[in-house]
Amino acid sequence: MSETPFEYAPAPESADIANLRPAYQMFVDGKFVDGAGEPMKTVNPATEEVLAEVSTAAASDVDRAVRAARRAYDRVWSRMPGAERAKYLFRIARLVQERSRELAVLETLDNGKPIRESRDADLPTVAAHFFHHAGWADKLDYAGYGPDPQPLGVAAQVIPWNFPLLMLAWKIAPALACGNTVVLKPAETTPLTALVFAEICQQAELPPGVVNIVTGAGEVGAELVAHDGVDKVAFTGSTEVGKQIQRALAGTGRRLGLELGGKAANIVFDDAPLDQAVEGVVNGIFFNQGHVCCAGSRLLVQESVAEELVSRLRDRIGTLRIGDPLDKNTDVGAINSRAQLDRITELADSGDAEGASRWTSPCPVPERGYFFAPTVFSDVQQSMRIAREEIFGPVLSVLTFRTPEEAIAKANNTPYGLSAGIWTEKGSRILWAASRVRAGVVWANTFNRFDPTAPFGGYQESGFGREGGRAGLEAYLNV
Amino acid sequence: MSDRLAVAKTYKLYIGGKFPRSESGRVYRVNDAKGGFLANAPQGSRKDLREAVTAARKAFPGWSGATAYNRGQVLYRIAEMLEGRREQFVAEVTSAEGVPGKRAQALVDQAIDRWVWYAGWTDKLATVLGAANPVAGPYFSFTVPEPTGVVGVLAPQDSSLLGLVSTVAPVIAAGNTAVVVASRERPLPAISLSEVLGTSDLPGGVVNLVTGNAVELAPWLAAHADVNAVDLVGAPEILGAELERAAAGTVKRVFGAGRAGQEPDWTRPPGMERLRAFLEHKTVWHPQGV
Repeated sequence: MSETPFEYAPAPESADIANLRPAYQMFVDGKFVDGAGEPMKTVNPATEEVLAEVSTAAASDVDRAVRAARRAYDRVWSRMPGAERAKYLFRIARLVQERSRELAVLETLDNGKPIRESRDADLPTVAAHFFHHAGWADKLDYAGYGPDPQPLGVAAQVIPWNFPLLMLAWKIAPALACGNTVVLKPAETTPLTALVFAEICQQAELPPGVVNIVTGAGEVGAELVAHDGVDKVAFTGSTEVGKQIQRALAGTGRRLGLELGGKAANIVFDDAPLDQAVEGVVNGIFFNQGHVCCAGSRLLVQESVAEELVSRLRDRIGTLRIGDPLDKNTDVGAINSRAQLDRITELADSGDAEGASRWTSPCPVPERGYFFAPTVFSDVQQSMRIAREEIFGPVLSVLTFRTPEEAIAKANNTPYGLSAGIWTEKGSRILWAASRVRAGVVWANTFNRFDPTAPFGGYQESGFGREGGRAGLEAYLNV
Repeated sequence: MSDRLAVAKTYKLYIGGKFPRSESGRVYRVNDAKGGFLANAPQGSRKDLREAVTAARKAFPGWSGATAYNRGQVLYRIAEMLEGRREQFVAEVTSAEGVPGKRAQALVDQAIDRWVWYAGWTDKLATVLGAANPVAGPYFSFTVPEPTGVVGVLAPQDSSLLGLVSTVAPVIAAGNTAVVVASRERPLPAISLSEVLGTSDLPGGVVNLVTGNAVELAPWLAAHADVNAVDLVGAPEILGAELERAAAGTVKRVFGAGRAGQEPDWTRPPGMERLRAFLEHKTVWHPQGV
């Protein structure tokens, strides 16, 4: 029998849609301004080419932004009826929808994630988040925190590079809905969509100072969260930095919300629908190159089905296409930065050194750009670094268990507690396991689902406070 | 006046359902509000505190896994037993806080009523704080509150019973287990409360009470890796920031951040603040389909 060789035909999205400009400015008090910091260059991780130059903030700029946010809070935003705030947020939601293709392409250029994900996951969820919270702005009396709950004031928000615009939405939408004003710092390596979002704020005629975006590296974030003029700090990022922030705020009485790292267990029981489980496990660890705090990075599989599951996983992972993030066929895009690629490489090497068995997808990997082929470690012991530390990359560690009790014990054997997955056909077992895993989000027979109505956040060292739903409002109300 | 000599009580710690002395062998003198000798109380050590955390952790799966109805019944039973010891608590609060008898009576009554109030919360928390999330997709998604874990309570220094009850009851009503450092100057009502707990249906280890000096004990509690949250209301004010920094080492939830040692007016209705402070939200998703 002869095989018909089909040649691969890429389906690239046009980079022109991003309307990329050579230089971007920070956004303070309703205006685009140059910061006094050293301008930085942001790089397309898929090509290692410079995308644009971005101005950055010095301490004086952070101060100016916080003052602008305070003025806007005192004079305008905290006095505005909720119904009016709502309409601004609805406007923003619509503008995001209108410009979603542009933002998706820009996000993919700056972050390296596949266009399929930025287009179909990130951007729709961003718009949904603004749309959902818009409706809360004039209904806070019904949120269950007593009559007339008050905002906190000025919120300092620092977000990571893995879902740049989505994390911005998770931070800004509830803050504004509850009547706070914000100063947000996007990640050093992914500032562009936040700065286009600032343009959307202008188009929505949002009063100056309600949203301020300052750019730069970690020291700008440190300056911002420690500023005396802020009432609330919200941070999404690593547990290490989260602890530093919690320490820095000690004794100040400033409110703090932390959404930190994770090392989620994805538990596959022997009666699980294996084909579905394979899809879920693949989505759980390779979605967004594994740059997901709630990624299912520890696969816990019942011993009796381990061999079969791992073999099916390899078959499936082998079909994942890694490469140009703008290609609509691409499943796994670029690692966001050289530094992150180095970290993933180092942790994966520790897996070899500690005796785990490495399998790497045979898929072709581009020669240029920051890429890491999907990798699965089996024979992993709980003491190994690849089972304990957050890798934040496309690397899956496979561990086995014999009894359901053992699965739960292993799943909970971590200082983290952000998410977990459960795969079984048995309803009672799902509910049993879901109530025993110490994690803020549990996906049963699915993984990586997000919705503005569903609270998201961690137990233990994965942070505190929730984002989304009624519970998420608490983070921005003085209750 | 009877010339019978009263039988004096030896005051002890309460750890894991038992009443041990401090392993350190230390005691300190407890005076009444006028400076007269009341009793010797054990001066708990770092090791006592660690034993207490171990006991609280061991009790957590059982207590957090009990039905809310069961927890409510157990807590209500404690209120019943407090009521039976009302006169004893009035006498202890009078001498501890130096308030007139009438005032002490009102404080004790309010403490008992508050315990009843929290007992009734156990099976309403999920209704009030949980949610069925209307997600945009073919999934059933719900959110339920779950207890945070082991909670370290630095009990109020001034309000020896009402303040103590107002901090301990919400912690265990929500399904957490507690390690309590009692008021240094006014520990006797706390020790008597632990005797009530010890003879109630509350499983051993759900509440553990250590008397002694919060200045000495609080830093260990705030830094302990197996403690999930701390209430700083009875912390030495001067240590507030240091305790918060220690708590950051394992990302503990801190209640009373920035206002360590500041006691509210305990006679005011408490609201849900302390219940919410020691609860996590868990969101569960499952697909819908045929």
